[in-house]
Amino acid sequence: MISYLARRLVQAVPVFLGVTFVVFLLMYLTPGDPVELYMGQAGIVSQEEMARIRHEFGLDRPFLEQYGRFLWGIARGDLGRSIVHRRPVAELIGERIPATLELSLFAALIALLVAIPAGVVAAVRRYSLLDNVGTLLSLVGVSMPGFWLGLILIIFFSVTMRVLPVAGRMAYGTGLEPQTGFLLLDALLQGNGRAALDVLRHLAMPALAMSAGMMAMTMRITRSSLSETIGQDYVRTARAKGVPEGRVVVRHALRNALLPVVTAVALNLGALLGGNMVVETVFAWPGLGQRVVDAVKTRDFPLVQGCVLVYALTYVVLNLAADLSYAFLNPRISHGKEG
Amino acid sequence: MGSRAWRAFRRNRLALGGGILVLVLSLSSLLAPWITPHDPLRGRLPDRLRSPSIVSASGKPYLLGTDNLGRDILSRILHGGRVSISLGLLVVGMSIVVGVVLGLVSAYVGGWVDTTVQRLVDVLLAFPYLVLAIALMGLFGPGFLNLVVALAFKEWVTACRIVRSEALALKNAAFVEASRAAGAGLFRILFRHLLPNVIPGAVVVATLRVGWVILMEASLSFLGLGIQPPQPSWGVIIADGRDYLFRAWWISTFPGIAILLFVLGVNLLGEGLRDALDPRLASERLSE
Repeated sequence: MISYLARRLVQAVPVFLGVTFVVFLLMYLTPGDPVELYMGQAGIVSQEEMARIRHEFGLDRPFLEQYGRFLWGIARGDLGRSIVHRRPVAELIGERIPATLELSLFAALIALLVAIPAGVVAAVRRYSLLDNVGTLLSLVGVSMPGFWLGLILIIFFSVTMRVLPVAGRMAYGTGLEPQTGFLLLDALLQGNGRAALDVLRHLAMPALAMSAGMMAMTMRITRSSLSETIGQDYVRTARAKGVPEGRVVVRHALRNALLPVVTAVALNLGALLGGNMVVETVFAWPGLGQRVVDAVKTRDFPLVQGCVLVYALTYVVLNLAADLSYAFLNPRISHGKEG
Repeated sequence: MGSRAWRAFRRNRLALGGGILVLVLSLSSLLAPWITPHDPLRGRLPDRLRSPSIVSASGKPYLLGTDNLGRDILSRILHGGRVSISLGLLVVGMSIVVGVVLGLVSAYVGGWVDTTVQRLVDVLLAFPYLVLAIALMGLFGPGFLNLVVALAFKEWVTACRIVRSEALALKNAAFVEASRAAGAGLFRILFRHLLPNVIPGAVVVATLRVGWVILMEASLSFLGLGIQPPQPSWGVIIADGRDYLFRAWWISTFPGIAILLFVLGVNLLGEGLRDALDPRLASERLSE
């Protein structure tokens, strides 16, 4: 196991380097000089001054040296400075991460709470009306754009029913002091029930819009995995021994059937994080997704670069976690030559 | 498609239904210039924000309503379908060609070629699809061709991986060795012997991926980074309606339904093709 873990970590190194290289290339190939972009807003600057700044930023260095400096910067947590905000990119990204994580985790929670029971019912009652409805709904779930679902939810819950707020994370005047950046956690820590409820009301629609795809996917995987497990010999043995049906499904079959589900969830969490920017834009959610969209629109390339890097590295880590969780949970996987 | 596969496919009602959905939406988009009742780009301001209706004084009703410039939503959806569907086909078509060729070469030649291609695949897989496309559109600037390139940039990876794994299994098959012994060159082995065997898999991948690419185009266009207004695409029309959710729900609702129906159709069709042609692909992850 340890050697498998070590080998997977070593395998992740070239991917990590490749990712940083692609991100660096994105910036390097950007039309227009970053110094011109940066200085363009400060007014007229002489050629000598530009050359001096270029030298100071190391932009007159050879390609590989610049890449080396970029890597060294990442190692120290320095992702450069934003052209528009004139602040360190790492800071601009860091302050947006809690909002995005809170939304993504909440969306994942909704997805799992619905998808796993629904998948179990569908697998136990295969080809029944319930199963067919579930299958159709899950197909619809993966076929529709999440941001559009968000707009439909707004039309229903905000315009027609007037029960949920359209945008933002929290209303004014709840008396909540943000500390961790995770507003729900803050509200609970401070024992502020009113604020917690308000935060939940703001979370509901964007989280639901984001969760649809993951919900659909998780349900389908749970259904197919559990259907397969229920047909296994050991499940039949448990039934023959007189174990009650509910216990057979949950204790004997589901425990093993959830294995591929765990892996899929880890992979989907990456997809969820990487696809959330449109939903964040719809709900004016002050997260990382909105930051990268704004950065692209204002041509703030250092910020775009930093965001893309953070997204990609998170993705690499989640993929690694998915692989490792599978290997860890599945005793049948041998950790010999073929990982 | 062999006759056995065709029979299996025909029995699958969901897949047939999906095929019909795709056919109807594609045909009505293709014929949009001749069958739409109104101009998709020029509206009548007195008719702005009309709700969906089957009657009108002029005899040309706005079946799905009008937008804030008085443009007919139905006409815009059908014209937008031309853009969204053709973009989906173009991106997937290009990516399949690149993916199949690289997958075959990677599997058959092996060695450093295989290693290089597979490392590239690994690196591209590490980027969330939409994040990469958004960054590339920021770099390239707007435009139809730029959008095609930004979406195809990672798209070929899926086909490449699947074709490679199928070709690896065939690489040492008797018919390939026989052909090699008979003196067939690399080109001949790749394209005469291996290619026909990986085509069913590639067709399944291509079908299932069209839906995904259309969803991505809608996302980019909605953000204002894809197809540029006033030209309609499904994502553009949804964005048009965003500021009018409180007064005109129909503007954003109907193009989304068009996307939903088309992508649902493509997914049903693709899954039917997969079960008929290449059931082993069922365990492959084809989204992202």
